[in-house]
Amino acid sequence: MSDTNRRAAPAAGQGPLGRLADFLDDRTGYRALVHEALFERVPGGARWRYVWGSTLVFAFMTQVITGLFLWANYAPSAQTAWESVYYIQHEMTGGWLLRGIHHFMAQAMVVLLALHLLQVVIDGAYKAPREVNFWLGLVLMMLVLGMALTGYLLPWDQKGYWATIVATNLAGIVPFAGPSLQQLVVGGPDYGHLTLTRFFALHAGFLPATLVLFLVVHLALFRKHGLHARQPVTRPDAMFWPDQVLKDAVAMLAVMAVVMGVILVPAVRTMLAGGEVDWGHVGAELGAPADPSESYAAARPEWYFLFLFQFLKVFEGWGATGEFLGAIVVPGLIMAVMFLMPILGNWRLGHRFNVAFTLGILAGAGLLTALALNEDYCSLWIDKASLADAEKLHAETGGDHEKIAAALGDDPVRIAAMRKQLAKLEAYRNSQAFLAASRQAEIDAARAVELAGRPERIPPTGALDLVRHDPLSRGPRLFGLLEGKDCASCHAHVDPQAADAATRVAAASAPNLHGFGTAGWVRGLLDPERVAGPEYFGNTAHKDGDMAGYVRDEMADAEKWKPAEIEAVAVALAAEAGLPDPTATAAQVEQGRALIAAVDRCGSCHNFHDNGTGLGTAPDLTGWGGREWIAGIVANPAQERFYGDGNDRMPAFEKLLSTEQIGLIADWLRGSWYRSGTAHHHAAD
Amino acid sequence: MVQHEQPDRRGFLTKLLAVACGGLATLVPAGAGLWAFLDPLRRRGGGAQLIQVTEIAAVPDDGLPRRFAVVADRKDAWTGYSAEPIGAVWLRRDQGSETVRALSATCPHAGCSVDMAPGGNCFRCPCHNSEFTFDGGMVPPSPSPRAMDALECEVGKDGAVSVQWRKFRAGVAEKVAQS
Repeated sequence: MSDTNRRAAPAAGQGPLGRLADFLDDRTGYRALVHEALFERVPGGARWRYVWGSTLVFAFMTQVITGLFLWANYAPSAQTAWESVYYIQHEMTGGWLLRGIHHFMAQAMVVLLALHLLQVVIDGAYKAPREVNFWLGLVLMMLVLGMALTGYLLPWDQKGYWATIVATNLAGIVPFAGPSLQQLVVGGPDYGHLTLTRFFALHAGFLPATLVLFLVVHLALFRKHGLHARQPVTRPDAMFWPDQVLKDAVAMLAVMAVVMGVILVPAVRTMLAGGEVDWGHVGAELGAPADPSESYAAARPEWYFLFLFQFLKVFEGWGATGEFLGAIVVPGLIMAVMFLMPILGNWRLGHRFNVAFTLGILAGAGLLTALALNEDYCSLWIDKASLADAEKLHAETGGDHEKIAAALGDDPVRIAAMRKQLAKLEAYRNSQAFLAASRQAEIDAARAVELAGRPERIPPTGALDLVRHDPLSRGPRLFGLLEGKDCASCHAHVDPQAADAATRVAAASAPNLHGFGTAGWVRGLLDPERVAGPEYFGNTAHKDGDMAGYVRDEMADAEKWKPAEIEAVAVALAAEAGLPDPTATAAQVEQGRALIAAVDRCGSCHNFHDNGTGLGTAPDLTGWGGREWIAGIVANPAQERFYGDGNDRMPAFEKLLSTEQIGLIADWLRGSWYRSGTAHHHAAD
Repeated sequence: MVQHEQPDRRGFLTKLLAVACGGLATLVPAGAGLWAFLDPLRRRGGGAQLIQVTEIAAVPDDGLPRRFAVVADRKDAWTGYSAEPIGAVWLRRDQGSETVRALSATCPHAGCSVDMAPGGNCFRCPCHNSEFTFDGGMVPPSPSPRAMDALECEVGKDGAVSVQWRKFRAGVAEKVAQS
């Protein structure tokens, strides 16, 4: 038997196993198939530069394996997508690892795609007779990018949701079919259940099935044409198995190692620093649940689509044409040129053009990515002090061009220089806003995860419902803390221990409500030094009112008010609020209650559990600081029970907010919200 | 010779029938699937609806826009939500004026949510930096193809501020209401 013949029809097997193999080969012809798959000549020997295609197949297989296991635990719908991903990430054993591998291998796949494409173009592997296989490769590339795009939405968190809105709206500007196409992938006029089911069907069904079909043909054609050897061939040929396979396998292991490294390095660093690793936060992130009503200023696509995102900004000022050019025409033209590469390659300078074009596109994408990152993060490296002049001028002129010109003495040189500085200032502020939004997104995400981990589990209405009814999440927003409006347009809510507490409190025109209802807050109120200061009534109409006067005159007099009595009143009011002071004794509280009710003390103005004062000149202290009391004063401070005619400027919020929203503000002020570890933290009022 | 032709002709007919039968058989499941898949094309949004968003007292007459949630019942395929935030508007009232002007907070560029610029002197969309004046006009250069979408706004005798809420196609120069 010649050498070739022996390879094509291997010798009959020895022993029972060999006979079984013979039997199988006789019925299936598997030896010929294995031979076909493995015994391929590699002209010039195995090389590292040939591994990229194999690593891509490996990456895809990794996605199939991890994807199927994720699928086994994922439930696509508006009330279950985030929830099931939360469960995978934070509760299932090893779920963080499974999801981490899927998430980061997807990113690795995009990098490997770029490298494979680059290698094929540089080596001229797209030329005859491999044109069709090159086109198949481009189709495969678009399918992979399609899977990346559709996968981003599936956790149904804020970033995936808003990124998808942008992406599908861009699909909507395709001429003629655009709006219908958009409506088909979104599953209707609005984003919801069907967007998820459709994106999931695309991500895990249509796209990978198509990809497998194309991949089979791609690999079959690759085999048909043989490996495109790097010229000139100087070394002896080798066989695909095992020489090239070993290199491929090592490269696959390296890819896997990089992915594992990206997942594990942060955890390892925490461990080395002596910290305890929360495995739910290792690997892929999970943002707060998608909320169509909560704008998301940190909305960005995944990093490998950032260049497209940034590219849209290039067409600023071009209007709808620019949008169309940036999102459809230019990317379409680039793809068209790539499809034409095998034909262009026949031209004398064609190959050089193709290489230059591919490198140019990659460099351009890299540059756009860098620009996008610079816009978002530049406030981290711009020296703010260098912008002091611009900031001052901007504040003085309100950014008005004529006023700026006048302030600079209409000197064109100075105006041009200042324009640059003002542009830099704007970039700095935009970056700061982005970073603040990112931080807020992290806080919201952590809180959503904390709420989802309650022992009561997530209600059937979904995690968004938990977030929307959570005093800690909603309170600061309703209070207006994030935007300096509503309550926060007058009231401070600043921890007195904070570094800049004094300035922030002084800037507010109404009392600091941080810790309202606690003994500490009352102690400050009853302090003659502080009652008319900015923390309390200093910036209000009550600055020289009866209360401030009483504290400064009567309570400052140790003959009339012993310090122990003032302390008793403070702890009694905290007890009334249901926020008992840990240092207080029952006797102290009793003493305080008596002092509050006494008609020659607090009771001379304040009602307290029907002490006979009636609803007179000062707020009723019955139930003071409790949920109902705060909700009442927020609803309408001019009620007789509160300030009546003596109300300063505070509007009746019952006209502006729902009862539930007012309740959330009250709960938030009282610090009454779910805390992990103390499952049933409710103030006892 | 006749004997030679017959198998050929039969062969052609067989092929034709085989392709037709097989194709038809495959078309049934594919067609059924596609028919159902195209269902969203028949779905329409609620169209315009007049929704009360706030009271005039909550819109100070200082010319500065304020953001309000638009709350209404909403259906998402099989789920019905009652009183859900379905969007947001920016309301603005000039000094001494009793009329309120409303802009949809949805960016006409790509559908993100338009915020106040960090400097506070214009609107800015955080996604692609489209900037708009408080009137909703474009601040050039802007990636947005059109100005922010104004909504009809009514102030009732009781001070209730209501807007004609509707959505518009993103990314096109004309303001086209979504059906």
